[in-house]
Amino acid sequence: MNELLRAEGISKTYLDSGREVMAMQDVSLHIGEGECLGVVGESGSGKSTLGRLLLALERPEQGNIKFQGVSFADLRGKALHSLRRHIQVVFQDPTASLNQRLPVWRSVMEPLDNFPEVTPPFLADVRHSRRESAARLLEMVGLSREHLDRYPHELSGGQRQRVAIARGVSLNPKLLICDEPTSSLDVSVQAQILKLLKHLQTRLGMACLFISHDIAAVRMICDRIIVMKDGRIVDEFASGRIMGEDRHAYTRLLIRGAE
Amino acid sequence: MSVSMAEEYVRPAVRRAGRLFRDPTTAAGVGILTIIVLVALLGPLLVKNDPFAANMAERLLPPGGKYPLGTDHLGRCLFSRLVTGARTTLGISALVIAIVMLIGTAVGLISGYLGGRVDTFLMRTVDGMSVLPDFLLVIAISGFLGHSLNNLILSLVLINWIGYARMVRGIVLSEREKEYVLAARVAGCGTWIVLRRHLLPQIISPVLVYATLDIGKTILVISSLSYLGLGTQPPSPEWGAMLNDGRAYFQIAPQLMLYPGLAIMLVVISFNLIGEGLRDLLDVRGR
Repeated sequence: MNELLRAEGISKTYLDSGREVMAMQDVSLHIGEGECLGVVGESGSGKSTLGRLLLALERPEQGNIKFQGVSFADLRGKALHSLRRHIQVVFQDPTASLNQRLPVWRSVMEPLDNFPEVTPPFLADVRHSRRESAARLLEMVGLSREHLDRYPHELSGGQRQRVAIARGVSLNPKLLICDEPTSSLDVSVQAQILKLLKHLQTRLGMACLFISHDIAAVRMICDRIIVMKDGRIVDEFASGRIMGEDRHAYTRLLIRGAE
Repeated sequence: MSVSMAEEYVRPAVRRAGRLFRDPTTAAGVGILTIIVLVALLGPLLVKNDPFAANMAERLLPPGGKYPLGTDHLGRCLFSRLVTGARTTLGISALVIAIVMLIGTAVGLISGYLGGRVDTFLMRTVDGMSVLPDFLLVIAISGFLGHSLNNLILSLVLINWIGYARMVRGIVLSEREKEYVLAARVAGCGTWIVLRRHLLPQIISPVLVYATLDIGKTILVISSLSYLGLGTQPPSPEWGAMLNDGRAYFQIAPQLMLYPGLAIMLVVISFNLIGEGLRDLLDVRGR
């Protein structure tokens, strides 16, 4: 498996009412092509910060992130723009991550509109038409063409998250970062969304960083799992070894909590 | 999209506009303002007497007869001057508000979104300007540059854009960390697209509310300046200037101050009613 992304020794602090808070301390990880890596931790463990750093929305104070050998640190302007093509995101709450004033097809097409030179294989025959492309993307996530002109508030939570996923995969990215993609949804819908993500990940052959507090969900769809606590990585293991003898005490605690 | 869906679906903006008129006070504001704007636009058709023609033989006449509201100290028709003055007053304030909305929104958007040194520079400028008392600044500018309509507009713009810039920056600061903005950045949107497509629509409604309330204030400032002789220059009719002209004759011909005063009051009240109606309407989240 070729390495897609590598982060080494990254640290990030925040200013919280004048006090410096360590959100992330000396975190190193790597993701292989087509691999699904899970990041588990409670709120405040720094897992969402990790997502934002890997999306180049924020910069680490220390350490380095490399995507296919290219370091994030020197990326500006055009180079940053072309990196975005390969790393996309699905945020936690689609109510917040979709622009409420745009019909969903416009949101879904936004990445493709910004990268007119990109034609993903699954859109090869319809890329000339924006609406046809959007309809194809909606069909890929289990919605239909009649949802094209709806506004986010006219859809259910699960449908909205499907729209956000359609946008996330529209550029056929090499890495999709899912930041708690199911935790704003009803329990009954969560499993469907997880299944959809797993299905798309295999079908499109993309790598996935799956951030969640729910170790059971992560275990279902990830190949490898990292456990974070207080901004540090405390445990790392293949999903099959989740019950292994060498699990960290904190990991066991999370597993017990999930049962 | 099927035809039936297109019929059922009403744009949220349209639905909200409908609700605006259901509130009686707001509807009253809209009604009064519509009448005043119509009067200002159709002015030349309504006015029989020349607003500039002085006739000393017919000065300070009471309302009635040839002059519906009487005449002023130079024998000019008060009604004609009031109607013609509506254009000046409404025109200047609309122009000022349009300019400050553009400048203030642009500065606020850029300052809030880019942050860093740009933000520091722009906001220190704003702080510096807001230290000076509004009215004093206007008087100083009119005094230094001379009394003219252009200088009046310039000075009003200089004091008014600050409030818009501050408000817009505040909204942008709270919006730019939200996930829809982050998602747009990840989707490859440049600064310009994020500002125009995602942040500007969030800002338009509060700016409109602010402008509606601000326009009333601006009309009052224009009128006060004209009253002090620093605004529009005679003989052009302007409500504040008319108040000033009538001051000396208040006891024998109170209508000279009464009617321009009433006109100013009506316009300011109607804008305030509309502004408050808009604010209540747009404040309601999750409609």
